[in-house]
Amino acid sequence: MDIKKFDSRFEVLPIKKIVQENETTKTFIFKYPLSSKPGQFIMLWIPGVDEKPMSIAYDDGKEFWITVCKVGPASEALHAMKEGDKVGVRGPLGTSYDFPEGSHLALVSGGYGAAPMYFVTREALKKNCKVEFLVGARDEGLLLYLDKVKDLGGDVSIHISTDDGSKGYKGYVTDVLKEVLESEKIDLVFTCGPEIMMKVVGEVSEEAGVESRMSMEKYMKCGIGVCGQCAVDNTGELVCTKGPVMNWKYLKDLPEMGKYHRDAQGKKHYL
Amino acid sequence: MANLSVKFCDVTFENPTVLASGILGVTASSLKNVVKNGAGGVTTKSIWLTEHIGHKNPTMFGTESYFLNAVGLSDAGIEKAKEETFPEYNKDKPAPIIANIVAYSMDDFEKLTKEITSCDPDIIEVNISCPNVDDKYGKPFSCVASQANKVTALVRESTDLPIVIKLTPNVPDIAEIASACAEAGADGFCLINTVSGMGIDIDLRMPVLTNKSGGVSGPAIKPIAVKAVYDVYKATKMPIIGTGGITTGEDAIEIMMAGATLVGVGTMVYYRGIEGFAEMTKEMNDWCDKNGVKNLDEIIGAAVK
Repeated sequence: MDIKKFDSRFEVLPIKKIVQENETTKTFIFKYPLSSKPGQFIMLWIPGVDEKPMSIAYDDGKEFWITVCKVGPASEALHAMKEGDKVGVRGPLGTSYDFPEGSHLALVSGGYGAAPMYFVTREALKKNCKVEFLVGARDEGLLLYLDKVKDLGGDVSIHISTDDGSKGYKGYVTDVLKEVLESEKIDLVFTCGPEIMMKVVGEVSEEAGVESRMSMEKYMKCGIGVCGQCAVDNTGELVCTKGPVMNWKYLKDLPEMGKYHRDAQGKKHYL
Repeated sequence: MANLSVKFCDVTFENPTVLASGILGVTASSLKNVVKNGAGGVTTKSIWLTEHIGHKNPTMFGTESYFLNAVGLSDAGIEKAKEETFPEYNKDKPAPIIANIVAYSMDDFEKLTKEITSCDPDIIEVNISCPNVDDKYGKPFSCVASQANKVTALVRESTDLPIVIKLTPNVPDIAEIASACAEAGADGFCLINTVSGMGIDIDLRMPVLTNKSGGVSGPAIKPIAVKAVYDVYKATKMPIIGTGGITTGEDAIEIMMAGATLVGVGTMVYYRGIEGFAEMTKEMNDWCDKNGVKNLDEIIGAAVK
């Protein structure tokens, strides 16, 4: 019997390095062979504070990164930690962004959704893919990972949009996607960001006849298919095991898609 | 093909597997999905009179032999049950539903019983045994026979629905507690709630769960559950939902032989996924066929002498 197969206890790891990405976002680097695929997540335990799902921004089999924006008490506590401080990690968990060799991909991210899309880009280039990297943010200061994406080289075109026009196209990243879908022959659209944005990405892609997949973010407790906290209406299936990367074809029929979330008590909150 | 349907408190279940309280089941959609995957019935998460905040994460983890959790009975309260969970589940009800209720005080149990009765569940399961709620409210009611008796009597007076009392194994004599509930009008029991436990992370030198202690479930506690069911069945001969580490069809047969009519299944989904419900039912059927059992009634309490 594979005694480790059912072990979901934490691996306790020191933070090897911390990189300040912008005013509110830091990247935490761990030396550990997580061996995750792009789109997957970990449960990150900040001892004495909380444990939250985090998407993975980079993994080369020797080290992995997570990029975390300060949004609440848990991420604030993580931001206050120093290199060498220890956290607990469970994972990798959930589904990933999969694509055939040589695909032409459009990756659409909003805000810190750019981090996992960087991981997708890196793996896509290894598989001879062509990548349209679309990223949107409120303003220039919130754009993430652009230099890192540029440094990857390869067949990557970067498309920037900001709400205030401080950099790139002034407006929504989904408008840029529309143009890209018209001018390029895209095989697959992947997106990570606010749910309302991802819903528009799904609609825009469908209109163009292109399949799209989203990385869903729901309140999670266990991350391993037991507590039921992340069940979606009306299928009752779980985002932690059926997702987080899910097909638009599945998501578009969910009454909650782009409409509401549930909190830790299971109560609905409209977006 | 054996007949796997069972009658419990006059309610017919297509098969004896019932989703245990606290696993999945945050929403009506989730409960229905469990039935779609083969469960004979479902139990809601514990419902409170008002919104109840659970513990912060980490709230659970598992190993090959046990699972440890302290979710802290998070729930949106009776309003959500009334407005959302029950109307949506009962709209095209796929299998019987057991409403699990919990409260800190006798008063709240009385009010909650009346409210939950209006939601039209098939059975009410009274949780007086969770090990993971705040210490300031003292020991669970199911630790003291007189208190268990008093809660049962209050719930009994407040509803005409069948009532099942969920008891803790963390007592010296569970049959004594069960008998006290039986005297107060309980219709049956759910045995057992999780076993009190703790896990320490040796790198951080601190308990893993935010609540420090939690409830142990999973394969490791099955012998504890089997004995509790055996003892209570022997003492009361009343209907029992046997639960605690039941992971396979053979496990289900075993706890039924100890006296269970229904089999509560929860932590199994960690080991086998939600598909495990249908697999367990098939395993039960295979066992029955192989052993010439035509009807599950033949095996309930078969080992109790």
